[in-house]
Amino acid sequence: MSKTIELTTPLTDEVLSGLKAGDAVLISGDVYTARDAAHRRMVEALDRGEALPVDLKGKVIFYAAPTPAPPGKVIGSIGPTTSYRMDPFTKRLLDLGLKGMIGKGKRAPEIMEALKAHRAVYFGAIGGIAALMSRCITKVEPIAYADLGPEAIVKLTLNKLPVVVIGDTRGGNLYESLP
Amino acid sequence: MREIPADKITEIVKGLFIAANLELEEDVVKSIEDCRAVEDSPIASHVLDKILENAQVAKEESLPLCQDTGLALLFVELGQDVHVTGSDFHGAIEEGVRRAYANGYLRKSICDPLTRLNTGDNTPAVIHTEIVPGDKIRIIAMPKGGGSENMSGATMLVPAAGEEGIKNYVIEMVKKAGPNPCPPIIVGVGIGGDLEKAVILSKKALLRKAGERNPRDPRLARMEEELLAVINALGIGPQGYGGRTTALAVHMEMMPCHIASFPVAVNIQCHVARHKEAVI
Repeated sequence: MSKTIELTTPLTDEVLSGLKAGDAVLISGDVYTARDAAHRRMVEALDRGEALPVDLKGKVIFYAAPTPAPPGKVIGSIGPTTSYRMDPFTKRLLDLGLKGMIGKGKRAPEIMEALKAHRAVYFGAIGGIAALMSRCITKVEPIAYADLGPEAIVKLTLNKLPVVVIGDTRGGNLYESLP
Repeated sequence: MREIPADKITEIVKGLFIAANLELEEDVVKSIEDCRAVEDSPIASHVLDKILENAQVAKEESLPLCQDTGLALLFVELGQDVHVTGSDFHGAIEEGVRRAYANGYLRKSICDPLTRLNTGDNTPAVIHTEIVPGDKIRIIAMPKGGGSENMSGATMLVPAAGEEGIKNYVIEMVKKAGPNPCPPIIVGVGIGGDLEKAVILSKKALLRKAGERNPRDPRLARMEEELLAVINALGIGPQGYGGRTTALAVHMEMMPCHIASFPVAVNIQCHVARHKEAVI
């Protein structure tokens, strides 16, 4: 593995354009959770011409829905869900200036292509190590769609969440560069 | 006739789902350790180390191993000499699921298929009940994650497809799944019966101890070994980042089928292979 790069959100175009597929990154700062139902609801709001509950310009979305926080903890277990299910909604959010997505697994070729045009990055986090990963969350703030239960949008403050660059701003794709 | 109060079933089911979500079975841990020992790629080794560390942390801190604490799937063997008292049998199981997911701080992951609104208590559960001889109840709780279930499927081959047909379908499914189901995976394969029986067999195959060969049919035991070797030569690796460990095991189950049919199902299980059982 190459040297680990430490980044703090918001991620600027300059920082993002320096990343390449395969880079190991530790992300700190604020990100927003949103997965299946939240994506659908956001795009439905856009279709009606409404504003989103979060201004996504320059932001990072974490495809995640944590377990409830047990007493004494900031959050329960948390980890990435499989990203391809968000593909049908992703271009709409990239158009609003979304700059990073944290998930896992392969995405549609048009999404990997769109990363180039929007100078955005797709990061992969390890799935199924959610107890360990919960240690990287220092703060949780509810933002919107509470009725979606675990799929509500919350703002997470990260402290060095380990991820790998899967799709970079130059068309690089970690899964395609593998033997 | 032995009487078993429904609330006893509820408490057992609750305990099983909480325990399954916090504690990885010893056979799965051992199987991951064995794969770690033969990995030479740094990233594959790193991912497997983190998976093993996570199992420790989950146990120590009483946190779920994975944020996807699953759909509540149960296999129940109900002795024909048991009389359940005080409430209905399936209702008692559903209540156990409800309590496990509420009191155990587990994620509620069940929703209406069309509105996608959460049912709020992780019910309904999926319950497979078999009536068996005796006066006991055996309950196996299996929280099944959505990501690996999504990569599963079934096909109706022509009988002429033979063993090669089975192997080709299994390999095609694993390739298509790639990094999505959180490899290293366990591949459950069900052969024969009819469409739904093949699927149930493929899921039941996942209940076997990781890496244990089929104990009843040497043909399946051989195919399990052969398929595991081919799958691990694909190079998908832990989390899809490349490596020798794409699958921890292949488990196959089979039963006779119609002379016209050759059903084959593949059920993929992520590395957080959870199930716990109890006998009442």
